Amino acid sequence: MIYPADPERVRRGDAPRSGYVSFRLADQWLGLPVVLAQEVLAPQRISPIPLAPADVAGFLNLRGQIVTAVDLRIRLGLPLRGEGEGAMNIVVRDGEELFSFLVDEVGDVVEVGTDQIGEVPATLDEQWKACCQGVIRLERGLLLIMDPARLLNPVEAAA
Amino acid sequence: MDDLLRDFLTESAENLVRLDREIVELEQTPDDRELLKSIFRTIHTIKGTCGFLGLERLEAVAHAAENVLGLLRDGTIQVQSAVVSDVLAAVDVVKEILDGLERSDAEPQGDDSALVARLQRWLGDGDDDDPAALEALFLNARPGARPTPIPAPATAPEPSPEPRPAEAQASSVPQASAEAPSAAGKPAAEPGERSESRASVADASLRIGVSILDLLMNLAGELVLTRNQLSQLAQGDDDSRYHLPLQHLNRVTSDLQEAVMRTRMQPVGNAWGKLPRLVRDLAQASGKQIDLVMTGAETELDRQILQAIQDPLTHMVRNSGDHGIEAAAVRRAAGKPERGTIRLDAYHEGGHIVIEIRDDGKGLDVDAIRRKAVERELVRPEAAAALSDAQVFRFIFEPGFSTAEKITNVSGRGVGMDVVRSNIERIGGTIELSSTRGKGSTFRIKIPLTLAILSALIVGSGDQSFAIPQIGVVELVRVGEENRVLIEDVNGTLFYRLRETLLPLVRLCDVLRVPHRESEGESIVVCQVGAHRFGLVVDEIFDTHEIVVKPIGRMVKEIPCYSGTTILGDGRVIMILDAPGIATLTGVTEQSERAGDQSGAGIAGLSSDEDRVPLVVFTAGGETPRAVPLALVSRLEKFPTSSIEAADGRWLVQYRGSLLPLVAASPELDVRGDDERPVIVFTDGTRSMGLAVGEIHDIVEDRLRIEMESDAPGVIGTAVIVGRSTEIIDINHYLRRASSEWFGAQRTSPVRSRVLLVDDSPFFLNVVGPALRASAFEVATANDGAEALERLERGERFDVIVSDVDMPRIDGFELARRVTANPAWAEIPILALTGRGASDRETGLSAGFCEFLPKFNRDVVIEAVRAAASGAYSQKEVTV
Repeated sequence: MIYPADPERVRRGDAPRSGYVSFRLADQWLGLPVVLAQEVLAPQRISPIPLAPADVAGFLNLRGQIVTAVDLRIRLGLPLRGEGEGAMNIVVRDGEELFSFLVDEVGDVVEVGTDQIGEVPATLDEQWKACCQGVIRLERGLLLIMDPARLLNPVEAAA
Repeated sequence: MDDLLRDFLTESAENLVRLDREIVELEQTPDDRELLKSIFRTIHTIKGTCGFLGLERLEAVAHAAENVLGLLRDGTIQVQSAVVSDVLAAVDVVKEILDGLERSDAEPQGDDSALVARLQRWLGDGDDDDPAALEALFLNARPGARPTPIPAPATAPEPSPEPRPAEAQASSVPQASAEAPSAAGKPAAEPGERSESRASVADASLRIGVSILDLLMNLAGELVLTRNQLSQLAQGDDDSRYHLPLQHLNRVTSDLQEAVMRTRMQPVGNAWGKLPRLVRDLAQASGKQIDLVMTGAETELDRQILQAIQDPLTHMVRNSGDHGIEAAAVRRAAGKPERGTIRLDAYHEGGHIVIEIRDDGKGLDVDAIRRKAVERELVRPEAAAALSDAQVFRFIFEPGFSTAEKITNVSGRGVGMDVVRSNIERIGGTIELSSTRGKGSTFRIKIPLTLAILSALIVGSGDQSFAIPQIGVVELVRVGEENRVLIEDVNGTLFYRLRETLLPLVRLCDVLRVPHRESEGESIVVCQVGAHRFGLVVDEIFDTHEIVVKPIGRMVKEIPCYSGTTILGDGRVIMILDAPGIATLTGVTEQSERAGDQSGAGIAGLSSDEDRVPLVVFTAGGETPRAVPLALVSRLEKFPTSSIEAADGRWLVQYRGSLLPLVAASPELDVRGDDERPVIVFTDGTRSMGLAVGEIHDIVEDRLRIEMESDAPGVIGTAVIVGRSTEIIDINHYLRRASSEWFGAQRTSPVRSRVLLVDDSPFFLNVVGPALRASAFEVATANDGAEALERLERGERFDVIVSDVDMPRIDGFELARRVTANPAWAEIPILALTGRGASDRETGLSAGFCEFLPKFNRDVVIEAVRAAASGAYSQKEVTV
């Protein structure tokens, strides 16, 4: 379950700890800094945008605000979600705009000390490595911490 | 109260509050230079503005205070309480005058000479040579003298006239300067009379950040959508207990939306503020006399739109003054008043604002524009002649099109009317131009009231919906069984035969690459983009809606087809289509660009750099359409079959005082079958003949590209004309037949002249080749100069060489030089084809070309070849 982000607590950093919303894409668990996640939504009606880049799933209406939905499976080169498998939405703000990451499943917020965050494995796929900030070892496996800004601004576009 | 004055008061009130505080602070921290600078700026602003508004008393006081502050700022005099007291006293007088202004719209009377003298004393303590101080002394030596903010020579024409009584609501700007001084003579209200109960202007107005207004606007838009959703839920349930509150919500929401919209509205006069000065300067620089009359300045517009039209307006007014209005002497000679007038009128019209810019100048030269359009190959000469004046004027809005004979420093700044047009179209507006030679020109701009909410057509393509802003939509055409045949496919481009024109079409599902839904009927949304129209084919048209425009996300911003997004009443997010973007993406409007589009001549699917030929399409006792270039036809006639006489199985008809031999276009055709016989009349020199046909269908324009040569007698080959395979007839064959049948031995089949056509463009070879063949020439072709020389060296004999100029390997000039240099060929006339006008002419003539021919004018080409073949250029006479 998701707990409301408490930026104050994170910022206070009495013990340098930070929280990550965990989510799953296919078999892999990933995380986003909880301070950056605005909210999590159940599967939404998404209007596709013809001619848009493949990873832009479309627009959704979040209480009157237009949110650009980015399908992380496509963004990260994973096979497409099956028919009828609704995607969860993690809404983040980048600059003035709202974006929603489409993921398979949203898990708990993982809170760890910053010293528990490991280096990005050198063997990681380049596409993933470009967006990955670090890894956390959990009992169930590795949790890759993703940088939303880099997920939204592919390196080639920035170059 | 005048708007400028109101703004001035609001602004000054805020400044004065700060000023009081700052001056007091200054006394405590006399060395604070930033503070001094700030105080100086405030007084300076007030002084500057009141000079503009013609507030003499205020200006004199502010000016004196400013001078003293200037010295303080520069450190010439030290901050001490005596000088601070004097400055504060001046600030008090400024406040008093402002109060008076607010109550009565006029400066209260009063004598400030003592105060001004006190202030000037400080100037004396400083540097006597300080020009500002001297100026102040000079100004104040003449109490009541109104300093002219912009010194103007006596001969300078008035920048803006006082509005005539009939234009009582004319712009605020000239009024402000005209009225305020005259009202200044009224007795001033005593300070004690000040009504405390009345809220002052400064209290009634508030400065609010635009971002907050935008946010409010957005929220109000959302509320409207939520209200719509609720209404939909409650629909059909009148007994619902929500019914009444919903009705209330409905009303309140509408009121709220309107009120929020009003916060963003500004009088259009705000965009006009700079124009009187601009016209004045322009008049002075050009020595013309120009009046600027403005009405409807109070008409309100969304500030975003106001900003967007400011530059186009300025440009057009500048244009009118610079190019429209003539010099006084010219006007006098034309019997017009010496003073030219530029009028600016703004008014509401059906949910839009119309702004007209009208001048009584010399008007546009339709012929000059027409010529220029032909020169620039925007339209073919024949089509140009057929265009109406209004259609010709549209060329003004094409990129890089300017008819100004000389570029002046006023207008010639590289901003063309195309930029004006695109700026106006960007905000969903339209621009039209009308003009009468000698009388003047009028630009008419039609713009929406606001960009935030617009009326849109909701259409469906595939399983998605899209919004199309209605301002760009001209009409809707439903395509059903009965008119589906009017859609024609020409080389993969679709056209719809809409009344007199061929409307190029694009299918929305093709543009957006969404699956096409098979439905009973499609619809065509006819969109206007600039001077062009195209049809957007959609699967379905649902409804029209007022939509709230939302910006488009950055990830899809690059896609040219969309101008925004919106949320429908049911919460769905849909894209707002951008017709100009779709036109650019697909190039659909280019299909019609060359032909001068609404000329009624019809347009076929061609890329813009290719030429079209008008063709007469007919049938003759069969289904296969046949065509002949219109250029070869002298008349189309219909004869009653009773008037057709038969002799020896041949036919004759009385025509224009002589007998016209008729030849059947096909053996199957019964020439005297019906009551009437359509006949295509051809004339070759002095002889005429009539081609009897079954039916004349149409005159179309299309590319004449022979896809398949034919051995059949009388047929050159088959070409695709307006989407159908059509036989192009060899008129020479029929002429020969008629002449051999009727003139027998008088004239044997003429020796055909041989023409060598040299061009590296297969397209051009395909156009000119058959045309020359149809005109009774034998035509050989070569792809460049080298190939042409090879053919000549092989000993082939040619009567005329027609050559392109730009070619690979050996170009036209080199070919001409070599042909002329070789004695065996020197007698062959060689004609140049060029699309570049006369620039190469000198080089070409010296290289040995006899004549330069416009590449795209077939008639001229054929005529010149004919002339060359008959010896017109023998001895290589050079015609210049």
